[in-house]
Amino acid sequence: MAKIIVVTSGKGGVGKTTTSASFATGLAMRGHKTVVIDFDVGLRNLDLIMGCERRVVFDFVNVISKESNLKQALIKDKRIDNLYVLAASQTRDKDALTQAGVGRVLEELSEDFDYIVCDSPAGIEKGALMAMYFADEAIVVTNPEVSSVRDSDRVLGILSSKTRRAEKGEMVKEHLILTRYVPERVEQGEMLSVDDVCEILAIPLLGVVPESTDVLNASNSGLPVILQDESKAGMAYNDLIDRYLGEDVPHRFVQAEKKGFLNRLMGK
Amino acid sequence: MSFSHNTATSHEAVEFKGRMLTLSVLRLNTADINEIGTLLASKVQRAAEFFRNMPVLLDVAASGVSLPAVIQILKQHGLVPVAVFQPDAEVASAAVAAGLGVINDPRAAKQAEAAAAEPVETGNQVASASEQPETKSEAVQVTADAAKVATKVVQTPVRSGQQVYARGGDLVVLGAVSPGAEVLADGNIHIYGALRGRALAGVQGDNKARIFCSQLGAELVSIAGCYKISEDISARVSGRAVHVFLEDERLEIAPL
Repeated sequence: MAKIIVVTSGKGGVGKTTTSASFATGLAMRGHKTVVIDFDVGLRNLDLIMGCERRVVFDFVNVISKESNLKQALIKDKRIDNLYVLAASQTRDKDALTQAGVGRVLEELSEDFDYIVCDSPAGIEKGALMAMYFADEAIVVTNPEVSSVRDSDRVLGILSSKTRRAEKGEMVKEHLILTRYVPERVEQGEMLSVDDVCEILAIPLLGVVPESTDVLNASNSGLPVILQDESKAGMAYNDLIDRYLGEDVPHRFVQAEKKGFLNRLMGK
Repeated sequence: MSFSHNTATSHEAVEFKGRMLTLSVLRLNTADINEIGTLLASKVQRAAEFFRNMPVLLDVAASGVSLPAVIQILKQHGLVPVAVFQPDAEVASAAVAAGLGVINDPRAAKQAEAAAAEPVETGNQVASASEQPETKSEAVQVTADAAKVATKVVQTPVRSGQQVYARGGDLVVLGAVSPGAEVLADGNIHIYGALRGRALAGVQGDNKARIFCSQLGAELVSIAGCYKISEDISARVSGRAVHVFLEDERLEIAPL
């Protein structure tokens, strides 16, 4: 049986799709057969970030409405073995996602895969609710600012009341990933700190991903940032995958870097 | 009144038992059905969760309002009228026709409580409905005696958008109350984490109710309808362990 993980946040633009792409890629790189599904029907992005936008023939909605089978719709990643993408439909809207249909597709995928990563759309409407309904675990992506934290808090409330597990009286296991973190701005009091966010949300911290221009470049080039070894954001995602799989990895990129004498002289 | 189902010892399939209940009394002071509707809508809107499917006892004596119209408008707002309180003959027959109970004398209810084991007459709702003196000039007033019952304990954090209400008793929250969350209780509220949302104690009018929290960062605190918003909360107490209480109808916040 596969583990179903929803990547969600409430607020838009915080890094859900970036995180979904890198998280799924990271799991596959470590040998776990993984599929990542784009639930953002009508505004699909995941295929771009995964670099497979030219290979989408059938999509998630086609499978739900039985216009194609799973085999036809699953796109195998060209770089990583064990990694598959199920793209969203760009021409339909969220109403195409029915609970029974989503449940059937996830059940079918469960037989073959180790991990199913569900990339949730922003908001708390139907697409987001469908993405989280069947989840066993949730990755809540938050930026270190108050509106993002509040939206994440709202989503955590929904996770504990409107999911299949909640209906059965079980808990959805929650993980926090803090993205776009700038330690220097935290020191200057312009940004919430890791501790602030953890105190408010009160769920375990899986990782902190520093703000990085590599993320935008990665999206533009269709290469998940976790595959960029030189990138701090990529390293952070690699760390958090190891942490997710049970290794004890210390958190990096949470302290401001000390400026060397020369840099200070140069005003950098 | 409860029907208890007894399979082993009892020879009866149904049993009547007397039981004490607390009911909210809705007193109508006007015959203007539109005015009643408007006021109800505004009250219900303020705490939808609180009023949903709430059974109410109707006191229409002073209003001369048409009972079927009132019943209809209550149902529209999700309230459940169960009986009329001390009606005149005309209202009583209208109530019976509408399938409601009739309660004539609060003492009868008290006696029923004393003889709880004895069967109770069919058609009578057993209720303790204490009358409160009329103080406000509002046409619709919801009153009730907030008998302290079970304490509600919430072990998880109360998240933004969630509303928790302890009907009839105290509320204990072991975690934090997030911004955008709301906790309400008829009695006291105890919060062992940080209070960053809204806390309303004594929502049925108990001005002895208090709010206790280990770290005050509230958007709003209220006791029996007297409230303070975060702007009005002094920096002296914010972030500290405090209790909130009413003194001479003024909301006081004091460090613990």
